[in-house]
Amino acid sequence: MRRTPGWARSGLRGARGGARTSVRGVPGAARANPRGVPGAARVNPRGAAGVHAGAWWLWALALGTAATRTTNPLLLALLLTVSGYVVVTCRPDTPSARSYTAFVRLALAVLLIRLVFAVALGSPIPGTHVLVTLPEVPLPHWAQGIRLGGRVTAEALVFALYDGLKLATLLVCVGAANALAAPARLLKSLPGALYEMGVAVVVALTFAPHLVADGRRLRAARRLRGRPDRGVRGLLHVGLPVLQGALERSVALAAAMDARGYGRTAEVAPAVRRTTAALTLGGLLGVCAGTYGLLTAEGGTYGLPVLLAGVAAALAGLRLGGRRSPRTRYRPDTWNLRSCLVAGAGAAVAALLTLAAARDPEALHPGVVPLTAPTLPLWPAAAVLLGLLPAFAAAPTPARTSPEEPS
Amino acid sequence: MIRFEDVSVTYDGAAEPTVRGVDFEVPEGELVLLVGPSGVGKSTVLGAVSGLVPHFTGGTLRGRVTVAGRDTRTHKPRELADVVGTVGQDPLSHFVTDTVEDELAYGMESLGLAPDVMRRRVEETLDLLGLADLRDRPIATLSGGQQQRVAIGSVLTPHPKALVLDEPTSALDPAAAEEVLAVLQRLVHDLGTTVLMAEHRLERVVQYADQVVLLPAPGAAPTIGAPADLMAVSPVYPPVVDLGRLAGWSPLPLTVRDARRRAADLRERLTGREPAPAAPGPAPGTTAAPARPAAPRTLFPLLRRRAPRDTGPTDTPPVVAEARALAVRRGRVQALRHVHLTVAPGETIALMGRNGAGKSTLLGSLVGLVEPSGGQVRVGGAVPHRTPPRDLVRRVGLVPQEPRDLLYADTVAAECAAADRDAQAAPGTCRALVSELLPGVADATHPRDLSEGQRLALALAVVLTARPPLLLLDEPTRGLDYGAKARLVTVLRELAAAGHAIVLATHDVELAAELAHRVVLLAEGEVIADGPTAEVVVSSPSYAPQVTKILAPHRWLTVAQVREALA
Repeated sequence: MRRTPGWARSGLRGARGGARTSVRGVPGAARANPRGVPGAARVNPRGAAGVHAGAWWLWALALGTAATRTTNPLLLALLLTVSGYVVVTCRPDTPSARSYTAFVRLALAVLLIRLVFAVALGSPIPGTHVLVTLPEVPLPHWAQGIRLGGRVTAEALVFALYDGLKLATLLVCVGAANALAAPARLLKSLPGALYEMGVAVVVALTFAPHLVADGRRLRAARRLRGRPDRGVRGLLHVGLPVLQGALERSVALAAAMDARGYGRTAEVAPAVRRTTAALTLGGLLGVCAGTYGLLTAEGGTYGLPVLLAGVAAALAGLRLGGRRSPRTRYRPDTWNLRSCLVAGAGAAVAALLTLAAARDPEALHPGVVPLTAPTLPLWPAAAVLLGLLPAFAAAPTPARTSPEEPS
Repeated sequence: MIRFEDVSVTYDGAAEPTVRGVDFEVPEGELVLLVGPSGVGKSTVLGAVSGLVPHFTGGTLRGRVTVAGRDTRTHKPRELADVVGTVGQDPLSHFVTDTVEDELAYGMESLGLAPDVMRRRVEETLDLLGLADLRDRPIATLSGGQQQRVAIGSVLTPHPKALVLDEPTSALDPAAAEEVLAVLQRLVHDLGTTVLMAEHRLERVVQYADQVVLLPAPGAAPTIGAPADLMAVSPVYPPVVDLGRLAGWSPLPLTVRDARRRAADLRERLTGREPAPAAPGPAPGTTAAPARPAAPRTLFPLLRRRAPRDTGPTDTPPVVAEARALAVRRGRVQALRHVHLTVAPGETIALMGRNGAGKSTLLGSLVGLVEPSGGQVRVGGAVPHRTPPRDLVRRVGLVPQEPRDLLYADTVAAECAAADRDAQAAPGTCRALVSELLPGVADATHPRDLSEGQRLALALAVVLTARPPLLLLDEPTRGLDYGAKARLVTVLRELAAAGHAIVLATHDVELAAELAHRVVLLAEGEVIADGPTAEVVVSSPSYAPQVTKILAPHRWLTVAQVREALA
């Protein structure tokens, strides 16, 4: 399919030279800025300074792993600051980057819920510093072990705070990954054989905002009919039309994708096809057998090699299967030095904190009973600061300044 | 390039073929326009080129369609993707990715072009369509014209030999439509691309066509010919052709320029005659209380609004709605700033301006969907966004851009019954309105099965059930053919004569010329012109209707005025 039709060549001329002599100029330039709002310098959404999407996810998930190794609130706060700083300096201007605040809010909500539970349901932590005593609700005997109300101790609250903070930090790290590299970009790096699945996920992801917009529009339309537009009933009533609209849109999109060549397959020799099937199936079987071997006591010897062989066969099958798809990638993310630095910084933080947790558990898990003020352990804190590396290594060059203001 | 050989298409479950006897050829490098009233199968013919009919839609296709020598019977749409580029009616449902640059590359990725070729073509296409400044923008934030250009660009990058476009300019403001058409013309002239497109707004496109394929009626065989020849017999024609037929010019002029050159004698005949007001009814600002026809013969006895009670001599004219220093913020965008607007009963106002100028926002704030961030709005003495919906429907009604949003029920009868309940009107009110607006629609018809024009009429009837003194319409002529538009004009004129105030947001300059007493131009959320239609549109190059341009410096707006003056 690599044909170059006649006007491919004339296309070049048309675009470069012919453009100026064409019959009617494109008045686009004059209208390119319909609102006339001067915008700030924007960052290329194609990724901060060409860092691979996978590197950002590795970095963020490594920071999350580091957060699970400690309950020290000072270290956790440091981790939050580090990830927040990197997000602020490196995030591109895409819709998914704006979801960071949503993740931060979610993390706060998790923290609050954890505290409310500790207050309302009590906590197994024995404590002596009673803050308040809530009236206790007597529960029937079958609900033994559950308590509603009762004493609220400072120890239980502090424990819940540490625990909630750990979870919140983990969530914020996932939010950071989402903000720095949209999941859609990550899906683009899937091997060719899995590409179509990736597109399906991307389309599904873009559908959610459409559904929300449709829902809003239809609720507004309810108001136009003189029906209340708030409340659960309003929401239920628009449900069906919204789904119908979504279905129609999906059918239209499927038609458009079909007409644009989605799902074209290349001719593959039958031998290759059979090999692909054999490798994939064999690989999956190997993975299952290997995992079983690893998990059972007697399979300790053969487990790992079978698992590795299975993974290798499955990967080879995927790679071979990619031949059936003639797709190519437009400006794929490349794994460069900066990507290595970003991923390496994250990995270092995770490894060092894991090491610290093994060496010095006292410092990373400050005591709750009896209550002690947490101190900042010097070396783990320095290790966490390594996570700031991407802010300097991958700070985006403020690319083009665009006069547009997204509306 | 594209060849139809005796093609007929029958959809599953249909008794009759949707199109039959389609037999024509689109030669390489020509722009061919497909015209005809709504529902004659234009989209079916277009779909057959890309193979979506019948591979995707189902149904039976008899005869043969070939594109660049490939038979669509044996080639699926995806196997034709490198020779045909298709853009449907709604560009938003065409986009697979979320940024402009990725969207341009998507088709090439599917075809497996080499990365360096893709990179070069994306840059070329960005320049060709004037999209270079938008390359990183999320598609959802673009204006309608920009989205349409991205959609065209996204099918251009694989360098197809033929482009198929279904109503590329219908949703666009006049300037954005010019943009898109300029791009198409450039593709045809400079790159030799073959273009087949369907469009209702003939006044925008007919002068660009090399040939016209006319589908006169459902199931009738199409006629092919030069644009001027076919326009002489076509049931759908732009105002310039209407004027040409009236003046008896032959061959018919298709462009304003040609018509102007012929119009010297017509202008002379018209000298000394004054155009009758295009939109009959009250001329706002001239009378304190809108003059009502003495014994108006009306289609809508039901809808007669009682004469305003303040019949005594008052200084201030009665006002249906008023906006004072209205400002609306939407996120970071100032959608409206310092807008003043008063609407008198019986008055028809056209809101015009670019896509995104704030027309829909203004309508939304009049109907309480949008909360003002400054200034105030009053409709019938109430503040719209604080009034419960139940009371508001009796003060103001809005027919939204997509009339289908208003319709929930499975049948026309159920819809009408619900509308009566919502409006607390006597049972049967809505049904009586539907019978007047849409004669011959059965009770059991599903609203989905109605044509665009019929659906608009049904939504209009639903809104009118509550007898609101103020009626708002958002882009009412989108997707309507000339026949449906003419019916809408009649209906709206009757309503205005019966005392309803009408505000319509529209890109359709011809509709505004026929209907509006007053035109309000918006730009960037501000009112930049507000005055009688003739004064506002005559002076504007993009908002002047064709007749005005042809007969300038006289102030004729519509062919009907000229016809009346000559009679």
